[in-house]
Amino acid sequence: MKLGSTPSQTVGPYLSIGLPWEDGPFVVPEGAEGAVWIRGVVYDGAGDPIPDAMIETWQADPDGGFRHPDDPRGHRGPEFRGFGRCPTDAAGEYRIHTVLPGVVPGEDGAPQARHIDVSVFARGLLNRVVTRIYFEDEDNSGDAVLASVPEGRRETLLARRTADGYRFDVRLQGEGETVFFEF
Amino acid sequence: MGTPTDLRLPRYRRDPEGTHPPLGFDGYRSTALRHPKQPLVLLPQQLTEVTGPLLGPGRIGELDNDLTRQHEGEPQGQRIIVTGRLLDGDGRPIRNSLVEIWQANAGGRYRHTGDRWPSPLDPNFDGLGRTLTDGDGRYEFTTIKPGAYPWKNHDNAWRPAHIHFSVFGSAFTQRLVTQMYFPDDPLFSQDPIFTSIPDEKARQRMISRFDLARTVPEWALAFQFDIVVRGREQSVFEDEEDDE
Repeated sequence: MKLGSTPSQTVGPYLSIGLPWEDGPFVVPEGAEGAVWIRGVVYDGAGDPIPDAMIETWQADPDGGFRHPDDPRGHRGPEFRGFGRCPTDAAGEYRIHTVLPGVVPGEDGAPQARHIDVSVFARGLLNRVVTRIYFEDEDNSGDAVLASVPEGRRETLLARRTADGYRFDVRLQGEGETVFFEF
Repeated sequence: MGTPTDLRLPRYRRDPEGTHPPLGFDGYRSTALRHPKQPLVLLPQQLTEVTGPLLGPGRIGELDNDLTRQHEGEPQGQRIIVTGRLLDGDGRPIRNSLVEIWQANAGGRYRHTGDRWPSPLDPNFDGLGRTLTDGDGRYEFTTIKPGAYPWKNHDNAWRPAHIHFSVFGSAFTQRLVTQMYFPDDPLFSQDPIFTSIPDEKARQRMISRFDLARTVPEWALAFQFDIVVRGREQSVFEDEEDDE
């Protein structure tokens, strides 16, 4: 039996009624070893911050394992959720409290650089867009996904080091437009 | 513990062209500055993409699936029961999985500081619901039929009545936010969010079905709405009988 998928629709302007959780930004609990804040602003094509967007993140634990039955290698304990969710505030900013993911193997055995998958939802986006966060101070050489991105645009996928973690802005359109993926 | 070379990952089929809306859509004004103009880059489905958050009971409160009982009094409007199943494209139920909804009240107004249209707020209605699918992929909400509401997209623009649904499936590739509509809504043809779906059959899949069998006499009408997310491609190790 093959069923047709239900179409995607925009989250609209009032996603903040249904989607945020108080602990949504906490992929790991406060005070977890090695925890960092990833913060950033979501911008539109005019360079204006978007106050009605939402970021969701999904990542491996520090050993590169996922909390999921399709990862046979196991994962860290229940305190590691792997998933983060944060709506943008009036200034267009989101924040995610997490730890650096480990190196994740690719199917061909080649290691993937440390990365976090990101979904972006917003009024005006009829479907989510998906990007990846890499880290500017980690070894990203040899990552096949990053290498598949036009060289001049790779830096849009790099989170920049800050005092308490990293900064990763999302530009939906225009100069410095973030690389988005289909799969 | 397998070694990396042991990994045999499932693959998720891409949906046929026309199933989902284009990111840029002239009729829906807000896409103008918000859709990427650069081509999307193909991302191979690796471990990060074929896994995904499995959000269970910890996310659910006792009254989260009954939006009519979250306050002292009863909300205004037509009480409805919304049921359905969360399935993948192969018809397999997605079990114990988080389903989230949000919606306007019977007058078409959202409980949000940004919603200023002069329809009354209902002190007994928040418009927020959550539940988990059961072992058969079924979910159920009790709520109020939302009203249509005006918006500023185009001259005399009205959104058809709808309920927002958010589901995760069992992989990052299956994440879906959609809207459930009601049968025979006269506002469909002028609504660019509804008509942004190119394929007419796919568009119809967003419309719930009136479900006489599930109505409750002298209490509630009922609507049925199944949600389908991408199915798996067959992989070498997959057991036909294994529907986990």
